[in-house]
Amino acid sequence: MYPSRFSYESPKTVQEAISLLDRSGGEAKILAGGQSLIPMLKLRFASPEMLVDINGIPGLDYLRVDPDGTLRIGALCRHEDLEFSTTLANTHPTLAAAADLVADPIVRTRGTFVGSVCHADPQGDWAATMVALGGKIVAQGPQGRREIDVRDFVLGPFANALAYNEIAVEAVIPGAKGTARGGYLKLERRVGDFATASVAVALDMAGATVSHAGCALAGVGGRTIDANEAISVLQGKPLTAENIEAAAEAVAAVAEPRTDHRGSADYKRHIVKTFVTRLLTNIAKSEQKAA
Amino acid sequence: MSSLYDEVAPTPGADVPVRRVTIDVNGQKRTVDVEPRLLLAHLLRQGLALTGTHTGCDTTSCGACTVLFDGRPAKSCTMFAVQADGHAVETVEGMGSASGLHPVQEGFKEEHGLQCGFCTPGMMLTAKALLERNPDPTEDEVRWALSGNLCRCTGYQNIVNAVLWAAKKMRDEQTQEA
Ligand SMILES: Cc1cc2nc3c(=O)[nH]c(=O)nc-3n(C[C@H](O)[C@H](O)[C@H](O)COP(=O)(O)OP(=O)(O)OC[C@H]3O[C@@H](n4cnc5c(N)ncnc54)[C@H](O)[C@@H]3O)c2cc1C
Ligand code: FES
Ligand code: FES
Repeated sequence: MYPSRFSYESPKTVQEAISLLDRSGGEAKILAGGQSLIPMLKLRFASPEMLVDINGIPGLDYLRVDPDGTLRIGALCRHEDLEFSTTLANTHPTLAAAADLVADPIVRTRGTFVGSVCHADPQGDWAATMVALGGKIVAQGPQGRREIDVRDFVLGPFANALAYNEIAVEAVIPGAKGTARGGYLKLERRVGDFATASVAVALDMAGATVSHAGCALAGVGGRTIDANEAISVLQGKPLTAENIEAAAEAVAAVAEPRTDHRGSADYKRHIVKTFVTRLLTNIAKSEQKAA
Repeated sequence: MSSLYDEVAPTPGADVPVRRVTIDVNGQKRTVDVEPRLLLAHLLRQGLALTGTHTGCDTTSCGACTVLFDGRPAKSCTMFAVQADGHAVETVEGMGSASGLHPVQEGFKEEHGLQCGFCTPGMMLTAKALLERNPDPTEDEVRWALSGNLCRCTGYQNIVNAVLWAAKKMRDEQTQEA
C-alpha cells in the first residue's frame, strides 16, 4: 500500500514549520512518529497535500522535570524515552506504568507522547494519563504560544483543538502536591493491541489521606473518559476498603463502553471497576508498607 | 529509476517532484531520487535490491520489515524513504556475511531459531538492538523486546533461545578481549 501524493517538507525550526502550516491553509499535516499517521495515509483515510516532518527540528526530544516538579515532554520525546526513563517511576508513577503498554516495542522507538495525544484516539493510552494527571498541551502558532487543558484539547475521536497553523510543542504535567502515587492498568488481547479497557489513576497523598485524586479511562467510550469527578469521592479520605469500593463504583458508572469484538459493554464496565479497585488497593498496600 | 516504482506505485511522470536523498545503508552512502510517498521498505527492496527486509503485513503490525534506524528498530513499512536522508539504516544484509556471521545470526543457526525464515531478519535486528542496550537480558526481557515481531512458525521458544545464546557468546567474547 502507498499513500496518495504529497509534498514533503522537513523544517529545521518550529517557526519554519508553523509558517509552512500557515501557508498551506489547512492542507498540511504534521508528521511526528508517523505510527498513526502513516498507516492512515497508506489506507488513504487521510490524504494531505503536504507533510511537515518535524523530526529534523533539534531540541524537541526532551523529558524533563522543572525544580517545582512540573514535567515537560517535548514533541519529539518518543514512547520509549518514557519507558526507559529511570526517574519517571518516582515522579510520575502513572506515566511510568503506562509507558511499556503503549503499542509494541518497535512502534515505541518512533511514536511520540505528544503525537499520541494529538491523534486523540479514544483508545489512546497517553491521553488517558494526561486527563488523570491534569496535563496541558502547549500549542504554538503564528500568534505565539497558548496552553490548553487536555480536557479542552481532546475534542472527540481523532479531533483536537489545534488550529491548522498550530503545532503542539510540548505536554506539561503538574507535579504532585503531596506524594505522587498512581498506576495504569490495561486489558489488551495481545501485545501491541489497543485497550479493551484501561484505567489511569493518579493520587496525591498527604500521609494516609488522599489530597487529590485523578482518573481517566481509555477504550470504554467514543473519546477519553474523564473520571476525575467520579474519583473525587476519595478526596480527603484514607484508602480504606469501603472508600476504594465506592470510588470503583463511581468510576465504573461513568464509563461508556460499547459491545464490540473486544467484549461486551457489561464486561468492559466490570473490567473498569476491577482495575480501579486493584490500582487503589495496590497503592493502599504500598502506603502501609511505607508507613 | 522507473523500476523502483513499478511494483509499488505508478512510475512518477516528469512533473512529479522527487527528492535526492543520501542514506547510509549498511555503512555505504547511497544517493537516490525518491518520490516523498515512497516507503523505506520499498526503497530497500525494490530500489536497492536489498530483499532481506521483508514486508509481511504492510500495516505496522508484524515487524518483518524491521530495520535499524540510527541503531534503533523501526518498521520500514511505516517510514518514508525521504525521512532517512542523512541517517543510517541497517538491514539484515549489513549484519554479517556467510563467512562471518553476527553472533545473533549464529545463535539462530545453533538454536534452530527459524523455520520459514520470513520473520527472521526483523527478529535478528531487534535482537541486535536489544543486546547493544542490555548485554545480559533475562528470558523475560528477551520476550518483551521481541514482542513487536510476530512469528507464525516457531512458537518463539527457539528464537528466545537463539537470542540468549548470542548474548552469552557476545559476553564471552567481551571477557576474552578484556
Ligand atoms: C501496531 C500499533 C499499535 C499501537 N498501539 C497503541 C496502543 O496500544 N496505545 C496507544 O495509545 N497507541 C497505540 N498506537 C499508536 C501510537 O502510539 C502512535 O505513535 C501515536 O498514536 C501517534 O504518535 P506519533 O508520534 O506516531 O504521531 P503521528 O502518527 O506522526 O501523528 C498522529 C497525528 O497527530 C498529529 N501530530 C503529531 N504530532 C503533532 C504535533 N507535535 N503537533 C500537532 N499535530 C501533531 C499528526 O498530524 C497526525 O494527525 C499503535 C500504533 C501501531 C502502529
Ligand atoms: S510489514 Fe511492516 S510491520 Fe508488518
Ligand atoms: S520462522 Fe516463519 S514466520 Fe518466523
